[in-house]
Amino acid sequence: MTEIGLGHYLTLGAVIFSIGVIGIFLNRKNIIVILMSIELILLAVNINLVSFSIYLGDLTGQVFTLFILTVAAAEAAIGLAIIVVYYRNAGTIRVEEIDKLKG
Amino acid sequence: MVAHAIFFYVFSIIAVISAIMVTVSKNTVHSVFFLILDFISISCLFIMIGAEFLGMIMLIVYVGAVAVLFLFVVMMLNVAQQKNKWFNSETTSSAHIPVGLIISTIIFFELIIVVGGWKYKPELSDQNTTKISNEISNTHSLGQILYTDYIHIFQISGMILLIAMIGAIVLTFRQRDGVKTQSYLKQISRERSEGIEVLEVPSNKGVKIDD
Repeated sequence: MTEIGLGHYLTLGAVIFSIGVIGIFLNRKNIIVILMSIELILLAVNINLVSFSIYLGDLTGQVFTLFILTVAAAEAAIGLAIIVVYYRNAGTIRVEEIDKLKG
Repeated sequence: MVAHAIFFYVFSIIAVISAIMVTVSKNTVHSVFFLILDFISISCLFIMIGAEFLGMIMLIVYVGAVAVLFLFVVMMLNVAQQKNKWFNSETTSSAHIPVGLIISTIIFFELIIVVGGWKYKPELSDQNTTKISNEISNTHSLGQILYTDYIHIFQISGMILLIAMIGAIVLTFRQRDGVKTQSYLKQISRERSEGIEVLEVPSNKGVKIDD
């Protein structure tokens, strides 16, 4: 129990990943919380990469994490811009009212 | 070792609880605050296991930029009136909630099985070319490989950020009517003949000036 190994960090990553997936499915409020769930999923992936990098003694995982951080920031900016434009046009960002594509 | 375990459990329990609160809290602003708490505790974990640079970058990028961006958008859009509707509504039956729960529990148990039954060859760590060295700091060693081995990917990620910035500006830009703006071309191409008009003003009549 007191020996924290790679498995502990991977389990933490798995838990946060699953919470992110649950958040995408359960969410009925607005798209912003779905975007936050996507950020949680990316965070779980970052935890996995960093812990593998530390426990294998290889620095490449941390470089990958840096690039994931970049892409996550870009994705958040674009997604929030799309949400703002959608709200301006449709007047709502509730998930169940966004059905223009009839999906 | 015990201190490491204690800190790991404290930070990871805070992270998991705040991740749950992000998804279930009824107020979107509270979700953003729990997201910030989650990022902070995960970056504390990163700093603890020896990835200091990434922990600090997480604090700066996620807490300082992304979460504040979320907060701004939540405050700009009118989501406060929607906070009472939480995943059961009158209009649509919530038929995909059990599906979501099943899918995410399956994903979770798959990941746990992978973690439990995972083993790597002992010679794997000899093969890597970018070893973590104990002589120089984490930031120093990351910089040494980021600007040499990964320079092209680094520049491509810079291009991604640039394109994201341009895309966000183009998406949210709108031209509004009735806004008085300067027209530099009109100002520069003004001639003396159209700027000045000499009038013969009759006495006791005054002069009528347009605009």
